[in-house]
Amino acid sequence: MKSAIQGRIVKVSGPLVIAEGMRDAEMFDVVRVSDKKLIGEIIEMHGDRASIQVYEETAGLGPGEIVVSEGAPLSVELAPGLISQIFDGIQRPLERIKALAGNSIARGVDVQALDRTKSWEFKALVQVGTEVEAGDILGTVQETELVLHKVMVPVGVSGIVKEIKNGDFTIVDTVAVIEDAAGQAHDVIMMQKWPVRRGRPYREKMAPDEPLMTGQRSIDTFFPVVRGGTATIPGPFGSGKTVVQHQLAKWAAADIVVYIGCGERGNEMTDVLREFPELLDAKSGQSLMKRTILIANTSDMPVAAREASIYTGITIAEYFRDMGLSVAVMADSTSRWAEALREMSGRLEEMPGEEGYPAYLGSRLANFYERAGAVYCLGKEKRIGVLTAVGAVSPPGGDLSDPVAQSTLRIVKVFWGLDSALAYKRHFPAINWMNSYSLYADKVGQWMDRNVAPDWSRLRDDALKLLQEEAELEEIVRLVGQDALSYSDRLKLESARSLREDFLQQDSFDEIDTYCSLNKQYKMLSIIMKYYYVGSAALGNNASYNELVKIPARYEISRFKSLPEDQVDERFERINRELEEQINAVMPQGV
Amino acid sequence: MAKEYRTIEEVAGPLMLVQQVSDVKYDELGEIELPNGEIRRCKVLEVNGTDALVQLFESSLGINVEQSKVRFLGKGLELAVSPDILGRVFDGMGHPIDGGPEIIPTRMMDINGQPMNPAARDYPNEFIQTGISAIDGLNTLVRGQKLPIFTGSGMPHAQLAAQIARQAKVRDGSGKFAVVFAAMGITFEEADYFVSDFRRTGAIDRTVMFMNLANDPAIERISTPRMALSAAEYLAFELDMHVLVIMTDITYYAEALREVSAARKEVPGRRGYPGYLYTDLATMYERAGRQEGKDGSITLVPILTMPDDDKTHPIPDLTGYITEGQIVLSRELYRRGIRPPIDVMPSLSRLKDKGIGAGKTRADHANTMNQLFAAYSRGKDAKELQVILGEDALSEVDLIYAEFADAFESKYISQGFETDRTIIETLETGWKLLSMLPRTELKRIKEEFIDQYYGKD
Repeated sequence: MKSAIQGRIVKVSGPLVIAEGMRDAEMFDVVRVSDKKLIGEIIEMHGDRASIQVYEETAGLGPGEIVVSEGAPLSVELAPGLISQIFDGIQRPLERIKALAGNSIARGVDVQALDRTKSWEFKALVQVGTEVEAGDILGTVQETELVLHKVMVPVGVSGIVKEIKNGDFTIVDTVAVIEDAAGQAHDVIMMQKWPVRRGRPYREKMAPDEPLMTGQRSIDTFFPVVRGGTATIPGPFGSGKTVVQHQLAKWAAADIVVYIGCGERGNEMTDVLREFPELLDAKSGQSLMKRTILIANTSDMPVAAREASIYTGITIAEYFRDMGLSVAVMADSTSRWAEALREMSGRLEEMPGEEGYPAYLGSRLANFYERAGAVYCLGKEKRIGVLTAVGAVSPPGGDLSDPVAQSTLRIVKVFWGLDSALAYKRHFPAINWMNSYSLYADKVGQWMDRNVAPDWSRLRDDALKLLQEEAELEEIVRLVGQDALSYSDRLKLESARSLREDFLQQDSFDEIDTYCSLNKQYKMLSIIMKYYYVGSAALGNNASYNELVKIPARYEISRFKSLPEDQVDERFERINRELEEQINAVMPQGV
Repeated sequence: MAKEYRTIEEVAGPLMLVQQVSDVKYDELGEIELPNGEIRRCKVLEVNGTDALVQLFESSLGINVEQSKVRFLGKGLELAVSPDILGRVFDGMGHPIDGGPEIIPTRMMDINGQPMNPAARDYPNEFIQTGISAIDGLNTLVRGQKLPIFTGSGMPHAQLAAQIARQAKVRDGSGKFAVVFAAMGITFEEADYFVSDFRRTGAIDRTVMFMNLANDPAIERISTPRMALSAAEYLAFELDMHVLVIMTDITYYAEALREVSAARKEVPGRRGYPGYLYTDLATMYERAGRQEGKDGSITLVPILTMPDDDKTHPIPDLTGYITEGQIVLSRELYRRGIRPPIDVMPSLSRLKDKGIGAGKTRADHANTMNQLFAAYSRGKDAKELQVILGEDALSEVDLIYAEFADAFESKYISQGFETDRTIIETLETGWKLLSMLPRTELKRIKEEFIDQYYGKD
């Protein structure tokens, strides 16, 4: 261990502090600033002057105060005890801070990220004498009912297990001893540390192709994301970005969800904290909080820590991915993160790029999203772990030419474009089907055809086409009125309206509608499209249009979304039957 | 006593450079003593070695580089508070201007406050009845929410804000209620409207006012809202009161901020506003809310004049990203005589879902709200068609929708600035309107509620 490097402040400007006497410090080392021990990070070196971004409020700092380097880059602690916690941007547990400092976030609170006193029951999975390498699982801890935490051999260690224990241990107790090839013994504790700005290693990346179910109809059916994929939700304020993110965090079929509230509202984090413990996971019936980790850097918290928060979040996510789990990361909102970057860049007097954002904005964003993916994890057993990343973007005025939105679109594969016009009409989720896309749609379509129903992709494609045609027909209606349209075009409009209202619209606040299984999605879509197919055929046989749009089965279709899952199949059969009967009934006799 | 410096090197706009200082801290408050003995205040924006760059809080008029003295006070800007602040009027820097005595402080509050720990927040879910249907019924306000009014010049936002302040109550009538009013850069007449309205209704005794009018130094505007919020925090979290904070006008505040930023030659963001405008606004807005273990709450209603009615202008845009919704006033409705001219479509309350429903308002509230929105939206579309193509082009159902849209505007929204409707009256009005539509059109309402309320008078 090097002796601590100590310098002195020469300049303070907002969250940027410049200290001299730091020649021996390394880039991105964590430092403690002044006797208040504020946490900061070195982001630039000029000779012996270090530019430091401070993660806490810098009011009251002045030249001459000391700066001490901790000799290590900004790292997170990884061990049992992460789940259900709420951390700030640099992994300080907010519940602990509350216990120590009251309702406000005071400065310089010195807390450890994870509880060192709590005991966890460690069950060994390997025997003494086994040869292990980095990533191999030594044992497990049942962290919550939903999460079996796997204690892995840390990166950089391999050899023969000399000793391994069973029983209750804290995260800093030695649970195993591994002797490497050189004969040196390594004590292994449950806790690992990892620098947040470096991705955790894996064996090999692969192309993901399995869909990540979210229970949201417009996402799963029309614009699906895959396990290990990347997606973005841009939209102006009030278009429901956060609600969509929350819905994903609630219902996405992932083992672990890391939710990063980055420069957003305090009440939104409180909402998650209050609501998630009461929501039950669709599969296991356990509280959703038992698989969730929150990183909260709200907009009133110091801006530099906002920059760090998304790295903190994704590093934690990678750690769980390495266990072979499916992890989903939500970052709300990456625009606020980019603004933090811009603010620091401005204070560093860097040459600005577009809109004042630094020129490296694109590469930093790419770096973040590239840490997602499906991988073969380290370790002999070749586990598959996936990390799915979804980032919200808040473009100014909803204008997608904004540099953050543009840089993001270049990287991600799924784009859920939120539209304020839809939001004004209370069409939620306000995902605009005209400009959204998913580059995974074909792959997922094939998967759905194999696993859900063989006509899935045909229905989906027809439905999208119908919506497209609706937009064109609407144009005509606006010019010359509905009467100018042929009956078959008018049926298209009616069917498209049904698609929008009865399928795409989904009420996140309704107990039943908030989550929709694939089976239900398929049946809803199939019955709406059936009305269109059979109705069009009937029109071809001179059925009366006015009678056709009034058949009672359509009312039943509009009520389908509020049907509990266990009644779906039975009702589907019935409506299907009635639909045919009623359409037959409006056909002219003798056909 | 603190050291005095006579080393002012330059004064430019709201900025001043003091050299050869020692032991000066970032964000520290300073005092400038003018040759005539007058005291002005400033704060440290940057310290670089022995140079301190300070920002003046007051006008730079009369500062003499040679003879003025600067002292640094070793603390930030503070506001003296005590229960006696209720009923008082202060200037933008927290000095009484109503001719009354100075406040004998029971506490000094740092006006910057501290970020609230999200784990210590209590989620706002208590319905506030404002008596205004367009708000209560469709964009419900709850205690601890921040809900701005987006308006344009020449629209009656002051009347609306005063109406909210006058009529706001919770249904069980519990808790002590107070109003904190911060005027930033508005005219005397507009400020006087509020004062006389508060006086008329007797609300003045439970109101604290901070006044920075159009002819006061723009630079004082930067601290005015923070003074007001500190007073609100004191009343809410130490005296357990429910505080409604009205701030008008955020646009002038942001312009003052831009002035300082431009003087510092910072890299500008959109339209010349500083890149940290979002963070700066957030540190104000986020001070609203509720805290665990405290009875009081801060509900924030900032008024914001959108330049050229443009919602994508950086000030309304960034505000919308921080606040929990917005109430938007529409010039078109105003011209048509709808009072208050609330445009319910772009208006939104994000916290409404937790504040309405059985036990809070009524079980059918959420359903009827969604149905009213959907029906009004379709009615407006139908009316648009009607204008272009004539009545004949509309289908039977669309004609009913068009009628509905008119009735909705005149009966539901346009209630005037003096009518105080209970939530039940608001819901009944909604049902009366929905009963114009055929029953099968009410797709967003549960059957049981339709049975209970549809077509009943």
